[in-house]
Amino acid sequence: MTDSFAPRDWSSHPRYIEPIYRSTPLRGPTKPLIPIRQSLSELTGPVYGQDCLGPLDADLTRNGMKSAEPLGERIIVTGRILDEDSRGIANTLVEVWQANSSGRYIHVVDQHPAPLDPNFFGGGRCVTDAHGRYRFMTIKPGAYPWGNHPNAWRPQHIHFSLFGPSFVTRLVTQMYFPGDPLFALDPIYQSAPAAARERMVAKFSIDVTEPDFALGYVFDIVLRGHNATRMGH
Amino acid sequence: MAKLQQTPSQTVGPYFAYGLLPQQYNYGDGLLKEIASGQVAGADVPGNRIRIEGQVFDGAGKVITDAMIEIWQADHLGRYAHPRDPRGSNANFKGFGRFGTGTEADNKFVFDTIKPGVVEPGAAPHINVILLMRGMLLHTFTRIYFADETEANAKDTILAQVPAERRDTLIATRTDTASGMVYRFDIHMQGPRETVFFDV
Ligand SMILES: [Fe+2]
Repeated sequence: MTDSFAPRDWSSHPRYIEPIYRSTPLRGPTKPLIPIRQSLSELTGPVYGQDCLGPLDADLTRNGMKSAEPLGERIIVTGRILDEDSRGIANTLVEVWQANSSGRYIHVVDQHPAPLDPNFFGGGRCVTDAHGRYRFMTIKPGAYPWGNHPNAWRPQHIHFSLFGPSFVTRLVTQMYFPGDPLFALDPIYQSAPAAARERMVAKFSIDVTEPDFALGYVFDIVLRGHNATRMGH
Repeated sequence: MAKLQQTPSQTVGPYFAYGLLPQQYNYGDGLLKEIASGQVAGADVPGNRIRIEGQVFDGAGKVITDAMIEIWQADHLGRYAHPRDPRGSNANFKGFGRFGTGTEADNKFVFDTIKPGVVEPGAAPHINVILLMRGMLLHTFTRIYFADETEANAKDTILAQVPAERRDTLIATRTDTASGMVYRFDIHMQGPRETVFFDV
C-alpha cells in the first residue's frame, strides 16, 4: 500500500508541555514520540454517517429548547473540512460543544457563577456533504474565567472534534471569533505556533448572514492530507 | 497549487462530556445520542469477550479524572469496518469505543469488547488508542497489546521499533475473573513507566 497520510505538521500544532498552560507540565509526555509506519490500523478509522444523527443535532438553538428560544446572539457557523490539497472531506462527522451566551457550560464541573440557560444544551453534530461542507445554527458562546492564572479568561470559542478519513486524521480543536481582545492573554490560543493561530479564527461573512435572523461565520478546518509520494494511476 | 496548512490542535478541555459522551455522563436526557461508548461489541458480535480497563496517571502519580480514551480495533478475524479494508468486517461491529474517566469508581476507563484478530502478517493482535484530556493540547496515539500473545508480540514489527525496556508499557495484563477475561492497561503520562506514544 503506497497511499499514506501526511505526518502531523509540527510547525502547526502546540507542544505537549507549554508551561504558560499550567495543566500541561504534569500531563504531557516527556519522552520523544516513537515514529511508526502507517499500517492498516492507522489507514482505517471509524466511519459515522447521517444515520448517527438526530433531526436537531445541527441546530443548537433548538435541540435543547424546552419552553422558549435560548438567549443570546443567534449565529450560523459553516465551512469545509479539507485536506492539505484543498479537497473537501465528504461524509465525515463533526462534533461541537460550547458554553452558552453567558459563558457557562452545562457540565457539572463548571462552577462559573453565570446563569445556565434552560433552553440551551450546547452540544451538537453534523456530517459533511459531498464537498466537505458542514453547517451549524447556534448561539454565540460567552467568554468565561478559568483558574490557570489570576484573572484568566478564555476567549469566546466553540470546541470541534473531527475524524476525517482515518484514525490518524483525527483532530480536536477550538474555533475562535475574529478580533477577540483575549487572544493575546490566552495560553491555549497562544500555545499554537504564531503563524498557525489565525487558522483557528472564523471569519465573519455577510453572505452567510441571514437577513433579520442570524450572523454568519465561516470556519474551514484542514486535516492531514496525503503523502507527497502518493502514487497515481 | 499551494498546499493548505493544518489547523492547529487544541485541548479537549474539561467540559467535553456532554458533547461527546452525553449518555455515559448522563446529560440531556437522550437529546444527543452518543456515537460510541464503552460497550464496543454487542451480544451479536462473534469473538472472545474481553474487558479492558485501566487508569490514566499524571506525572505526580495522580489519577486523571477528565481524560477521554478512544479505541479503534479490528474484528475477531482481524478486519476493520472501513472501506479501505477489502475483506469487510461484521456488519454489526464498528470497532470504535469512547470512554471518559469521570464516572467510574477510581476513575477507570472500561471497554467491553472482543479480542481483535490478526490484521496482517507480522502484526500481533492490538487495539489502537487515542488519548485526550484537559492539559493536553494535542492527542496522543498509543496501542494496547495482550500479555497472553507472547509469541505474536515477539514478531510484531511495530513493537520491534519500541526500545525493549519500554515495550511492557504497551502490554495489557490479563486476569480471569468470574465474569470473564479482564485486561488491565494503565497509562502513565510521565515517569519511569511513561507509556510509549507514537508519532504516526
Ligand atoms: Fe471551552
